[in-house]
Amino acid sequence: MRKGVIRPGHIQLRVMDMEEALKHYRDLIGLIEVNRDDKGRVYLKGWTEVDKYSLVLVESDTPGLDFIGFKVLNDDVLNGLKNDLIEYGCEVSEFPAGELDSCGRRVSFVAPSGHTFELFADKEQTGKWGLADINPDPWPLNLTGMKAERFDHCLLMGPNVPATQALFEQVLGFGLSEQVVAPDNTVVAAFMSCSLKAHDIAFVDCPDPGKLHHVSFLLETWQDLLKAADLLTMTETTKDVGPTRHGLTSGQTIYFFDPSGNRNEVFCGGDYYYPDHPPVTWKAEDLGKAIFYHELYIHPTYLEVLT
Amino acid sequence: MQPFSHRPVVFLKENTMSYHITIDGEHFNCPKGQTVLIAMRTLGVDCLPVGCCAGGCGVCKVIVLEGDYATKVMSRAKVSIEDEAKGIALACRILPESDLTICRVKD
Ligand code: FES
Ligand SMILES: [Fe+2]
Repeated sequence: MRKGVIRPGHIQLRVMDMEEALKHYRDLIGLIEVNRDDKGRVYLKGWTEVDKYSLVLVESDTPGLDFIGFKVLNDDVLNGLKNDLIEYGCEVSEFPAGELDSCGRRVSFVAPSGHTFELFADKEQTGKWGLADINPDPWPLNLTGMKAERFDHCLLMGPNVPATQALFEQVLGFGLSEQVVAPDNTVVAAFMSCSLKAHDIAFVDCPDPGKLHHVSFLLETWQDLLKAADLLTMTETTKDVGPTRHGLTSGQTIYFFDPSGNRNEVFCGGDYYYPDHPPVTWKAEDLGKAIFYHELYIHPTYLEVLT
Repeated sequence: MQPFSHRPVVFLKENTMSYHITIDGEHFNCPKGQTVLIAMRTLGVDCLPVGCCAGGCGVCKVIVLEGDYATKVMSRAKVSIEDEAKGIALACRILPESDLTICRVKD
């Protein structure tokens, strides 16, 4: 049952060199740089996003994921969910408004998978970038690179996928849209949605806690994906897989790496999810087809290359 | 010269200064200015796993037994300061400055 978590809000990623990271996320992927703060963090957004930003980059000697934030309906929901998380047994902490630029207070917790999540109810909305509020054009001029539309979802790897799934279902009101099930019936991958999207977050089992598999940005069409792949070659960016199609969610995809080794995805298309839909099930024995529907196999480092 | 029977045919650009790299008994040349892992991949040699090629994931971890090299920035979660002093490095970040003898390190 939905509990008032409405969508992904932001992700904070660690990068080893900020200027190289900006060439990648801003100039190549085409996100818009909107602000920098006194901690050296840089804030970016996809042009269709209404919020002021969705991606926060922070310089570090170790790349990877700091946290993912989800937006909730309002402050009452935020308070309710904070109590529910504490009652469920999560360790919960809170950041005051303004700690992250233009964002209200944030309730933070660590999932059994080892990843840090946070909930917030308020963030400044600056509107879709480059478009008027009234009689807007369909897209703005002066976009660069892949012209990514929005930060869409992440795939995270860590232990305790079933416990993490239970927390997201029971406390946060996400639904299980797709799953990969091992022969002994344990869920080894859980794709979860708090919206009508095929997934807003996905978890895949691995022994190391808190790992980032990929952060994904939405493109409009398959043709845009082909051009994105051209741009990867033009800019000598390391490509991982694609363009191809996923079995899971049936989205079309390319995987590649940022200059600190964080895996990115650009994708388009794919399935949708209403809260009454039963989960789509894939067998772990057929994981090749589930992940790369055309190639039918997973190259050896796909599930090992993590940050 | 090794037979190329199972490898793509690759020609080095003429007049490119290059270094001789040995990894666990396999040999290839690395052009000056290129990282060891990219040179290996370009030549179709398959003695190290290739991951992010950006010093983040750690799958290409090696120890350099002999030779001089510089490194680009590497994740501290994968190569500590002590490791680095021992010659441990990520092949995708190694820029050779002489011929190198290298061994794969598995975590
Ligand atoms: S390939 Fe990822 S660190 Fe070298
Ligand atoms: Fe994805």
